[in-house]
Parts: sequence; structure tokens; C-alpha cells
Amino acid sequence: MTATLTLSRLTKRFGDMEALKAVSLSLEPGKRAALLGHNGAGKSTLMKIVLGLIPFDGGEVSVCGAAPGSPSARAQVAYLPENVAFHPALTGEEQLRHYLALRGESPRQAMELLGRVGLAHAAQRRIGTYSKGMRQRVGLAQTLIGRPRLLVLDEPTSGLDPVSRRDFYDLLDGLAAEGTAILLSSHVLTEVEARTDSILILSGGQLVAEGTLAALRARAALPVAFSVFPAPGHEASLAAAFPEAATGADGHLRLSCPQAEKLPLIARIAALGDHVADLDVIPPSLEDIYSHFSRRDGQ
Amino acid sequence: MSRILATAISEFRIAFRNRWVSIATGMMVLFALVLAAAGSAPTGDVGVDRLSVTVASLTSLAVYLVPLLALLMSFDAVAGEVERGTLPLLLTYPVSRLQILLGKLLAHLAILALAVTLGYGAAALVAVWSDPAAVQGLGSLWRLIWTSVLLGATFLGAGCALSALARRPSGAAGLAMALWLVAVVLYDRALLALIVTDGGGAFTTRALPVALLANPADAFRVFNLSAAEAVAAAGGIGGAAGAIPLWQSAASLFPWPLAAIGLAVAAFRKVTP
Repeated sequence: MTATLTLSRLTKRFGDMEALKAVSLSLEPGKRAALLGHNGAGKSTLMKIVLGLIPFDGGEVSVCGAAPGSPSARAQVAYLPENVAFHPALTGEEQLRHYLALRGESPRQAMELLGRVGLAHAAQRRIGTYSKGMRQRVGLAQTLIGRPRLLVLDEPTSGLDPVSRRDFYDLLDGLAAEGTAILLSSHVLTEVEARTDSILILSGGQLVAEGTLAALRARAALPVAFSVFPAPGHEASLAAAFPEAATGADGHLRLSCPQAEKLPLIARIAALGDHVADLDVIPPSLEDIYSHFSRRDGQ
Repeated sequence: MSRILATAISEFRIAFRNRWVSIATGMMVLFALVLAAAGSAPTGDVGVDRLSVTVASLTSLAVYLVPLLALLMSFDAVAGEVERGTLPLLLTYPVSRLQILLGKLLAHLAILALAVTLGYGAAALVAVWSDPAAVQGLGSLWRLIWTSVLLGATFLGAGCALSALARRPSGAAGLAMALWLVAVVLYDRALLALIVTDGGGAFTTRALPVALLANPADAFRVFNLSAAEAVAAAGGIGGAAGAIPLWQSAASLFPWPLAAIGLAVAAFRKVTP
């Protein structure tokens, strides 16, 4: 399958500062990739290059088989900028009609698009009166125009409440199922964890990790944490059985071990029988994996 | 073309909401009516119909007001998009920067055309109402309208260019006012001072016509006054208009809008969102 987006050894400099260092990645149709990184890691720069808004210094970029920013690429790519803004004097419907006309689509679809993002009731109001979440929905509605092949979304769920976020990811799932490739950045790791196919971690302009969450988890080989709750009266015997454990505030024991030793440890705990009241196994979270990969040299 | 039109419709709507349409029209009508009332005195003295005299007064008004309105409408064109943060998204759409700029210019030009037509029209109505023979002057009124639109297009283009160069609305507004002051006000004052010191010498006979044609505002004034043969009714710099052939001032009016728009597109292309 031909990739919708391909970057190979992409390099971008701002003066002496290297914002992107030989970044290579590819995104296939129907795949949803999350771009993670600290502020200043190069996420927005990468997106702006893909959109053709800023030039790059080295490497190659192919967007839907064309150069970024070329008329053919722009016709197939939709973008939702971080903190999307519109002219406050226009109504939601007027703004969408304008965007539809710019994409050569019929302006009559405006109300249907606003309906899909739950804004039909506010269509006749000026955008100047909208809340941040409502503006974000207008931004989202304009990305749905004309079945784009690539969606570039910069912090798309900022300003949305939890229910709207779920609706938003449902919309993305629908688009991905129709073959749209999606590149999004987010700071909310829990939603990225559940709703994307692969994760790309940028740190200091370099792509330090790329893959599915499971693959990254295996590569990071972070320890698994355990919480063991002793049965009443068995606190001391349990603590003696696990001298390496730390004791929590309510008397439970905290243990951790490498992935490979997880099952033997569970077996050890289970062997204690009714000395143990309960057991929680806590796999490394995406936050842990993210910090592991985005840690800069020397830190 | 449809993208230019869509941009123009959206811009016109914004200008309408921001009251630019009513401000521009109201200003032109008000000033034109004041001039029409004040301009009744010289009739008979110069032996032309009343409307032609009104047109001569309107020309002196338009030379200040049309560039001012054009610059006020256009200084925000690019800088405003940059400040609101709407430019990056717009530039990812399959629409060229030339199309965006032409759409904006088209909307602003339509507003300007509406304002001058209604303003001059009001003055013409007053003239014809008080002197039915004034209908003879309709030709010069029509000439004033289309040359005003050309003059407006020049300064709209210049305003867009300054907007793209400044990238901030406050800076663009300052540059626009400076351009208006230099091109429309100070340029004439400087020429007048030179004529006085020259005392009918080489400057007045050779350099002055070129200097007048080199400024779109002066070319506009010279063309309208000499075409209406109302030179005598206009004082100051306009008095020099008789020395310049009509085709030369007309030829100077047309390239200016194109040059200004070309400059605006070139400046806009340099803007990185």
C-alpha cells in the first residue's frame, strides 16, 4: 500500500537551532498516528512542513504523492491548527460556506457539517460569541470537507469536554475507516493510548521512538508495579516474605519487577495463599513510556 | 475565479458587519453634498454647466478621500489575518495567495465603487435639480466615477502591500497613514513650493508634468480637470493640468492599480505564517 505521508531524513533549521534532525516516518491510509513531545520538541514545525506552510532545509517530504503545499497536496490535506481562530464577525455557517467554496464543494453542506460536530444550534450566531470548545468544533467541521486523504490535527481536543472528546475520536475512527490517514498531536496521553494506531515521540527535534503502544512498551522494558494488600493479621509475615517491598500508608506493599519476571513474582505472591487479601498489577502507563523515550541526553 | 468570488463575498460580508460599507458611503455622500451646496457660487463665471463645476470640486475632494478610504479598508487585509491567527489555516486551502488577495481587493473595490457612485450621484442630483442644463455634465461625472475606482484600486493595492510588509495591524496602519500623507498631501505641497521658487523656469515647464504624472493622485486630478475643461475652476496644482495632454494622464491612471496589486502579491508571498 502506498503511504499517504512519507518523510525521509527531514531536517529543519531556524538559524543555528536544529528544529528537526533527520526525521523519517511514513503514514499509511486509514492509520491514526499520534505525535507526542514536549513543547518545543518540533511537533508544530513538523506539521507546518507537511502542510507546506514553511520550507525545510534537508530530506524529502511526500504528501499524497506530491510536494507539500503544492495545489494537489493542498486539495487532499485538511488541517486543524492549535487554538484555531476565525473572523469573529462571521457566523459559523458563513465561515463554513466560505471554506466549502474554497475547496470547490457546494456551500449547502455547511449545515450538515455543523450538525456532525454538534453545532447546528449555533450556526446562525457570530463566531465572536462562541466558546473555545465551539470554535474548536468549527475547526473540526472544516477538516471534514471533501473527504481529505490526510488530516493534520494540532492539539485537536484542547478546549473540548470529555464527552466531546469521545465524539471527536468517534468521528476520527469513521474517517480512518474510510481510508483517511490521521496525524495528530496531543498532550492528553490517555486518549491517545486508546484511540490511535501508532505513537511517534519527538524529543529535541529527533524521532526517538515510533511504533504501536505494545511495541514501545516492550522496547522501553519498564518495570511493572504491584500493590499487595495483606489479609488482616498477616501484615508482618507478608512484609517478611518480601523484604525488598516498600510499605504504603495503609499497610499495603509496593513491589516492582522487570516485565520478564512478572509471572514468577505473581506466582510467589499467590503461593502465600490467604495471607494476601488483594493484588493490583499496574503496567507502565503511557506517561511512563513517554518520559522514558523523551528523556534528553544526560538527564 | 469561484475562489476569488467566494473570498470577495466573505470579505464584503465582514466589511458590512464592521460598518465599513455604511461608513464609506456615508462619508462620500456627506462630503459630496457639502461640496454641491458650496459649489453653487462660481456658476456663470466660468461659463460651464453646474454639474461640471460640481465635478471639478468633487475631483479635489476625491483626490484626498478616495485614497484615504482605500487605505483604511485595506491596511488590515493581511496583517489582520496574521494577528487573528487565521492565516495558517487559510493558506492550507487549495487557494493561491493571488486569489486570496484579488478576492479581498474585489470586495473592497466594490464597496469603494458603491460609495463614490452614491456620493457623486447625490451631488449630481442636487446640481441637476437646481439647474436642468447640468445634465450636459453627466459625461464628466461618469469619468470621475471610473477614475475614482482606478485611484481607489491603486491605494487598495498599496494598502494590502503595506499590510503584508508590516504583518501587524498597528504597523500597517502607521505605514498607510504615512503613505497617504506623502503621496496625497506632501507631494503636492512640495511641487507647489518648487513652482514658486522656480518662477516659471525649467522645472515648471519640463519636470512638473512628469512629476504630476508620476503620482497616481495627481494623474487622477489632472485627467479629470483637463477632460472637463474645468481647469480654470480649480486652483493650485490643478492649474498646471492644462499643460499635460489628456492621453498622458489617462495612460498614467491605468498602470498604477496593476503595479500596486503586483507589489501587494509580491509582499504577501514573502509572509510566512
